[in-house]
Amino acid sequence: MELTSVFNPSSPQAWAIANLGIFMIIIAGTILAIIIVLVTFISYRFRRKPGDDEEPRQVYGNEKLEIVWTIIPFLIVAALFIFSVITMVKVNPSSAIIEDQKPDLVIIGHQWWWELHYPKSGVVSANEIHIPVGKKMLVRLESIDVIHDFWVPEVARKIDLVPGHPNYMWLEADEPGIYLGQCSEFCGIAHAHMRLRVIAHHQEEFDVWEKGQLYVPPTPRSGEAGKGSKLFKEKACMNCHSIAGTDAVATVGPNLTHLATRTTIGAGTLLNTPINLAKWLKNPKGFKPGALMPNMKLSDDEVNAIVAYLEALK
Amino acid sequence: MSRIPWVPETTEPLPRVGESEGLLTWAASVDHKQIGIMYFIAALSFFCIGGLEALLMRIQLSRPDNNFIDPELFNQLFTMHGTTMVFLVIMPFLIGLGVYLIPLMIGARDMAFPRLNALSFWVVVFGGLLLYYPFITQSGATDVGWFAYTPLSEKPYSLNNGPTYWALALLCTGIGSVASGINNIITIITLRAPGMTMRRIPLFVWLLLVTSFLLAFAIPILNAGLVTLLLDRILEANFFAPSSGGSAILWQNVFWGFGHPEVYILVLPAFAIICEVIPVFSRQPIFGYGFMVGSAIAIGLLAFGVWGHHMFAVGLGVPFNTYFSLASMLIAVPTGVKIFTWIATMWGGKIYFATAMMFATAFVIEFVIGGLSGVAFAAAPLTWQLTDSYFVVAHIHYVLFGGSMFAIFAGIYYWFPKWTGRMLSERIGKCHFWLMLIGFNLTFLFQHMVGLLGMPRRVYTYPDLPSWNWLNLLSTIGACVLGFSVLIFIFNIFFSLRKGKIAGNNPWNAWTLEWLAASPPPVHNFDEVPRIHSARPLWDLAHPDMPDEPESFNTGVTR
Ligand code: HEC
Ligand SMILES: [Cu+2]
Ligand SMILES: [Cu+2]
Repeated sequence: MELTSVFNPSSPQAWAIANLGIFMIIIAGTILAIIIVLVTFISYRFRRKPGDDEEPRQVYGNEKLEIVWTIIPFLIVAALFIFSVITMVKVNPSSAIIEDQKPDLVIIGHQWWWELHYPKSGVVSANEIHIPVGKKMLVRLESIDVIHDFWVPEVARKIDLVPGHPNYMWLEADEPGIYLGQCSEFCGIAHAHMRLRVIAHHQEEFDVWEKGQLYVPPTPRSGEAGKGSKLFKEKACMNCHSIAGTDAVATVGPNLTHLATRTTIGAGTLLNTPINLAKWLKNPKGFKPGALMPNMKLSDDEVNAIVAYLEALK
Repeated sequence: MSRIPWVPETTEPLPRVGESEGLLTWAASVDHKQIGIMYFIAALSFFCIGGLEALLMRIQLSRPDNNFIDPELFNQLFTMHGTTMVFLVIMPFLIGLGVYLIPLMIGARDMAFPRLNALSFWVVVFGGLLLYYPFITQSGATDVGWFAYTPLSEKPYSLNNGPTYWALALLCTGIGSVASGINNIITIITLRAPGMTMRRIPLFVWLLLVTSFLLAFAIPILNAGLVTLLLDRILEANFFAPSSGGSAILWQNVFWGFGHPEVYILVLPAFAIICEVIPVFSRQPIFGYGFMVGSAIAIGLLAFGVWGHHMFAVGLGVPFNTYFSLASMLIAVPTGVKIFTWIATMWGGKIYFATAMMFATAFVIEFVIGGLSGVAFAAAPLTWQLTDSYFVVAHIHYVLFGGSMFAIFAGIYYWFPKWTGRMLSERIGKCHFWLMLIGFNLTFLFQHMVGLLGMPRRVYTYPDLPSWNWLNLLSTIGACVLGFSVLIFIFNIFFSLRKGKIAGNNPWNAWTLEWLAASPPPVHNFDEVPRIHSARPLWDLAHPDMPDEPESFNTGVTR
């Protein structure tokens, strides 16, 4: 989990690209090695000896040689091109599939977080993509503001989230685990904090997760959490966030219905612990400069109450 | 063979910059040499500013979760760094080099349109000031990246004035560049010395001719795009705003339609420098003049048909990706021809490793690294992993620093004697070279790796991942070495301007016409230009018994 790498693929699509990458490295490495050796050799062998002032033989070229070194790159390029086209077809869903199939997951880019919808089950979440291992998920990508870019090197190709131009890709993981990723099209001030993770489970575990996400947690009426749920309404939180089972239905910010089941807050900015959550509520921009959640000027008591409420949302 | 008249060492030296009256003669000058030198001074000043911006970024990135610079400033820094280096350093330097050398190399008195030439320069300077103006005002400089993707660069997402100034600034430099392109083309076509057919002009001039066509045809695409962006920003025209029916992708087509030819505007003149330096220091003619010219023209034409490789991740479908993959890969062929030609030119020569030649040799290798990673980007599926990562940052720097800038340094060490009458110190120069070589590779080689490990570009900070930390630290150390080498270079200039060895007309024993003129050349360049019989007129002069090949497209000749 610590190491993300293009050459540590964990899906057929990422494998296809990695294989092309290895092919490219072999070709490029060979060419580079030849050129370095040649230039070093020539620099040594043909350097001017001190005192030798005579001009060398004047060679104006050699047509055959020049034709040869025009044709050889052609052949290399042809091989690389064919391999690329094969890889392209392997990695992308065909247009027939895009037309026929309903997407399994819709990712909507927002300035500095990821909105997630699973249209088939109705699950809504943010920033952490849960998928079952070994299943090819058809993903539709959109953006509601600027261009973002989905990049989780080990499990999928990179693709832009373009406003007004939905894109499709395959998302799949061979092994259960957490795969780290990040928005990689510069999208404004908090671009560096627009991280995401793909969490791959065995199918049974995924089903459990899915069920949990569809469960509507009861709204607490008493205690700290009850106070928190009231504050959530009063403090304008509901103008931006949704929580299932309440009348908070806004989508300016991430859906908070099952916030407590997520591992991070602020699109990977902080680990999701009660202490961090309290810090976040007091001053979101302190941890994620530019974040579009305002500082709500909450008192410590108010923060504790809201944290208790949000922690109860499982 | 006609006799070549002896040119007196100095006739009318150019006025010194320091004198009060001299200053005015520079500002009001329409002399191509003075304008060329002013281009160099402007470009090197902006180079220091852009380098400082880069150093600040590298300090911020030296360790994870660093707080040295906040994201607002960081985003301005990388945007200004990119814009500065492309539009205010490499372009003006190379255009200036053309302005200085083209008339001398073709035996002309000046450019075809000297006043237009002066206008081009001052418009570029004005553009630079416009770009930097908001940096010192409250609104802050542009912070949307040097390619200013819409809709991020549109009003709702960038309310500050930075991007507006950015667009106006580039419009200014753009107008200057188009004028330079046209001026170069007409100069080269109409003002050549008697006997200098198109097959006998130095390769430098040929490659600048191709570049000038790129300037004249690619920059207007950018200018049109900038005007459209300004309409959006100032008059709410919504061309690029998808929320109001515009298209976000349209901007990318326009920008890269200019942007890829731009790469060759930045690189072909670098090739041009290398085409002069390598033969002179290897004491051989270029190995295959015809192929060199042909491949440059091929690159120039292909350059207009490959912009889509910057947009493989946009999701534009298989036909788009297939075509642009193929077209982009094809550029490798003429580029390969150039590399092999330079190597073959060195083969069998008697290579004298002056600092200029060391930079040129390093250029060949560094540029090959950048070129090969460029071929990787032509393969769309590889772009689907590598674009917008640190890998692409490494790639552009191998092309534009290891390529263009190394060539520029080769050119400076080579032509400085002509510009000033004094040699740059070779001792300090070698110091500069080795430090720059080490610093450059240390900075950028590891960025390939950190990109492959998943680090995106343009992040002001990154999480504490062990593999990223030390690679970033190495890169920062490299940047400091690089910065230090630039200081040495600047010292060398000031030192050599006072204490450098007197150069004489032709210190390198070179063959093109500029070395016939005095160093520095008098205002009128030549008292008399000899009739030209080959691409190497000064070789003919030195070896009347063994004149140069008169038909440079002939290949396969050995003498
Ligand atoms: C103006 C709209 C707005 C208001 C009002 C607002 N938020 Fe937010 N909130 C956001 C946005 C936008 C984000 C996403 C920030 C990011 O990651 O960039 C967010 C993120 C969060 C998160 C982290 C969610 C995650 O999964 O990362 C929590 C928790 C949260 N808000 C709680 C609250 C609470 C509690 C209130 C009321 C006190 C509140 N918000 C008020 C817009 C708002
Ligand atoms: Cu983003
Ligand atoms: Cu390009």
